[in-house]
Amino acid sequence: MAGLKTRKQQRLVVVSIALTSLIGATLLILFALGGESLSLFLQPSDVQKRNVAVGQNFRLGGLVETGSFSRLDDGLTFRFTVTDCLANQPVEFTGILPDLFREGQGVVTEGALNESGVFMASTVLAKHDENYRPPGTMPKEEGQCSHPDDQAAAASYAEG
Amino acid sequence: MHRFANPAQFNRLADAILPWATGAFVLLLGAGLYYAFFDSPPDYQQGESVRVMYIHVPAAWMAMFTYMVMAVASFTALVWRHPLALLAGRAAAPIGAVFTALALITGMLWGKPMWGTYWVWDGRLTSVLVLLFLYLGYMALWQAIDEEEKAGRAASILALVGVVNIPIIKFSVDWWSTLHQPASVMRLDGPTIDGSMLMPLLLMAGAYQAYFAVVFLWRMKLEINRRKLAVARQVSMHAPVGAE
Amino acid sequence: MAEFLSMGGYASFVWTAYGTSAAALVWLAVSSRKQLKETNEAVEAARARRRGDS
Repeated sequence: MAGLKTRKQQRLVVVSIALTSLIGATLLILFALGGESLSLFLQPSDVQKRNVAVGQNFRLGGLVETGSFSRLDDGLTFRFTVTDCLANQPVEFTGILPDLFREGQGVVTEGALNESGVFMASTVLAKHDENYRPPGTMPKEEGQCSHPDDQAAAASYAEG
Repeated sequence: MHRFANPAQFNRLADAILPWATGAFVLLLGAGLYYAFFDSPPDYQQGESVRVMYIHVPAAWMAMFTYMVMAVASFTALVWRHPLALLAGRAAAPIGAVFTALALITGMLWGKPMWGTYWVWDGRLTSVLVLLFLYLGYMALWQAIDEEEKAGRAASILALVGVVNIPIIKFSVDWWSTLHQPASVMRLDGPTIDGSMLMPLLLMAGAYQAYFAVVFLWRMKLEINRRKLAVARQVSMHAPVGAE
Repeated sequence: MAEFLSMGGYASFVWTAYGTSAAALVWLAVSSRKQLKETNEAVEAARARRRGDS
């Protein structure tokens, strides 16, 4: 009986150590090393920092700057500025915008920069924030850079 | 006889819990659906489509909860070789797979009108898809390996290795930029969801939890029966002279 | 009523989500229940056979 007990204890120790080291290692790799490559999109300040080449396809995400949205005369082409509060990126898109597209709200766009530094988007997806409220109540000033994502991004950008 | 003592006790316990769990499910589901459709406002941004949240979020929570049940059961099975632990893992897996599939499907149906796409390979969506594959892999291992003991060990190890995916799902929206928004309820600075919408969400989450309890207990009893039948078959094969 | 069903224009998405969820959860519960009954009967039968044998 004593032998059985120690075998069980051995198994407990072995399985526990294997499990914690596996989980620790994986999370460390993903969190510490995979941050950039596992991210879905670049923010405008990343685009500046990295000097992305003209014509290279990537995803751009951030908030649609309040007051930046305009529709061109053809009625199907839209211009707006995506901001992460550190940098701005003008975007042009021809097509149908999702229902949730709004100034002051998040977007994720896919496309490439042209020669004059405008991001020519081929798709625009709306990103909504974590607030759920009844109509007519506002969680905070729209269009202000108070989005937690962006604050975190701004903080990490300032540090590094 | 020791092998049978525990399951018999478990069956008695299950039979005592089942009526309460079923009652709780019916009440919570009724109240939850009432609030979800008749006593909660549309969202200030998402309008009526927000009502998908009341089934999407509970399914996603339960997908992770069920995985933890399966993982704890697998850990117990590997370390202490408790006969009921393997059965608990087997009982939980299909329920978890259904919850995960529903979280993905309802999420796609919500994403299309709101985000503008059914699917995007961001950290959250991808890690939940991996969760579905972990469930399917766990069940497939049980199917693929004939010898019960080996199958149980292989499946349990897979379940434990897959635990790493749970914190990845949870923190994917904080670590990486994703299309999916960050957490609204389980966050350090308190929920960012209005009380009128939190109410139906929590009721539906309770209903899903009760549903899990009921179906899990049924499946546990079912797995115990299967085990009994397998043992009986072996006994009759090896000792046909009616030895018990 | 029609307004309720239209879900502010999101009817197809909202009702498909609820329909799929209901269908899947009912299917899982019913099939679990059915398998439980079948194995219950099989266990009873095996027990009766054993009693008959000895």
